[in-house]
Amino acid sequence: MQDMGEALQLALALVLSGDPDLLEIVGLSLQVSLTATAVALLLGLPIGALLAITRFRGRDAVLVVVNALMGLPPVVVGLLVYLHLSRAGPLGFLGLLYTPTAMVIAQTILITPIVTALSRQVLEDLHAEYDEQFRSLCLSRIETIRALLWDGRYALLTVALAGFGRAVAEVGAVIVVGGNIDHLTRVMTTAIALETAKGDLALALGLGLILMAIALGVNAMVQAVRLTATRAAHA
Amino acid sequence: MREVAPDLRGATPALLPLRARGLTLEIGGKRLVDGIDLDLGGDGITVVLGPNGAGKSLLLRMLHGLIQPTAGEIHWGGHPLTTDVRRRQALVFQKPVLLRRSVAANLDFVLRGRDGSARRRALLDHVGLGGHAAQPARQLSGGEQQRLALARALATEPQVLFLDEPTASLDPASVLKIEEIVRGAAAHGARIILVSHDLGQARRLADEVVFLANGRLVEHGPAARFFDNPASGAARDYLAGRLVV
Ligand SMILES: Nc1ncnc2c1ncn2[C@@H]1O[C@H](COP(=O)(O)OP(=O)(O)O)[C@@H](O)[C@H]1O
Ligand SMILES: [Mg+2]
Repeated sequence: MQDMGEALQLALALVLSGDPDLLEIVGLSLQVSLTATAVALLLGLPIGALLAITRFRGRDAVLVVVNALMGLPPVVVGLLVYLHLSRAGPLGFLGLLYTPTAMVIAQTILITPIVTALSRQVLEDLHAEYDEQFRSLCLSRIETIRALLWDGRYALLTVALAGFGRAVAEVGAVIVVGGNIDHLTRVMTTAIALETAKGDLALALGLGLILMAIALGVNAMVQAVRLTATRAAHA
Repeated sequence: MREVAPDLRGATPALLPLRARGLTLEIGGKRLVDGIDLDLGGDGITVVLGPNGAGKSLLLRMLHGLIQPTAGEIHWGGHPLTTDVRRRQALVFQKPVLLRRSVAANLDFVLRGRDGSARRRALLDHVGLGGHAAQPARQLSGGEQQRLALARALATEPQVLFLDEPTASLDPASVLKIEEIVRGAAAHGARIILVSHDLGQARRLADEVVFLANGRLVEHGPAARFFDNPASGAARDYLAGRLVV
């Protein structure tokens, strides 16, 4: 445990000195996970909205599937993406394996169900409140969805943060499809895993601190968004 | 676009008279609205009265096309309840459904930019919310929220304006303000169909009264006659406060 105190000091020094390797890793982490979050929102919000306002045969089954996909183990997602992107796989010709793009794909698959399911819930509650008024105004389906997305903006922002939080913290998917290659596909979680295994606790701890700060920051933002929404009488 | 330019409105087919025949609604084997025949003429304020659970709200929603009757027919000015007809109607609910936006944005939602800000300002002034344009709509008091809901309904220039107990749970001053706006709309040619549980309000506003009990239309006639000389025992009991359910 002597090591631990020493490592922590070194870690803090690394973080505070703005070590370029460390910054590069943090930068790539944010870039990959933010991109995955953006794509997941583009896919998940419209699907969630449609599920929220439509009733069709098999809708319950779709909801069960979406909810089940929320619990996908990251490493399994990684494996599935790997099988598709590997040289022998159907998408092997794209040459994407062990690139940041592959990591974005894997994380997108991981969090799209989360964004879909959570936004469906948010928008369905809102729709229950607005439905009669909107039907009275003869709004089209597109107009309804647009209004719901806008009026649900605060709650949907917390959905986005939840997706991002899950993406940035996972290690299983990105390590399988990214390979944790230095200066190319090394992100915070994979670097922590590697450095810990190598015994370089300082870098691991430094990254761990940053990751924790990001997680706490995301949580704080969620709280702030909730507070803002309540203050603006949006809730 | 869904708007009809104001100058074309006169050319659109009139919605009145209303002719409803045999309106019936059954849910779960229960007959909630039972064979209502209703004719409404060209103008004025019709107040729908009746004890709780009489079917007043269900009738209003069927007339506006929010609920499909199990049986019966509705014709507005000879037209069935098409989207076109429904767009010339507006409904104000007991509990106003306001968007999570500013007061102004709640009006813009139905005005859609068309001759936007001038119309919006006129409407807000009309309902006494001129100073509240930038405020979040849901921060308004109950009475102000209902006046905004009314302004939004009027913004669509409805030929028929339904109101379902719009002043329930509001303070007396708010009630009077809303009644004034409703009377103003009627004076400008909107056909008002208002559900109320407030006999004082009915006396103040009604040109004619439709009285429902147990899903049936029991009386329909001029307000004075209904209040002074009700034809049915049910209406007499209701007016005397003896018919609660
Ligand atoms: N969706 C529904 N399912 C079953 N019963 C309903 C439904 N909506 C209304 N009712 C019942 O129908 C009756 C008439 O309702 P309503 O028109 O709301 O009465 P009111 O005259 O008080 O407005 C009530 O007994 C009510 O409980
Ligand atoms: Mg009612």
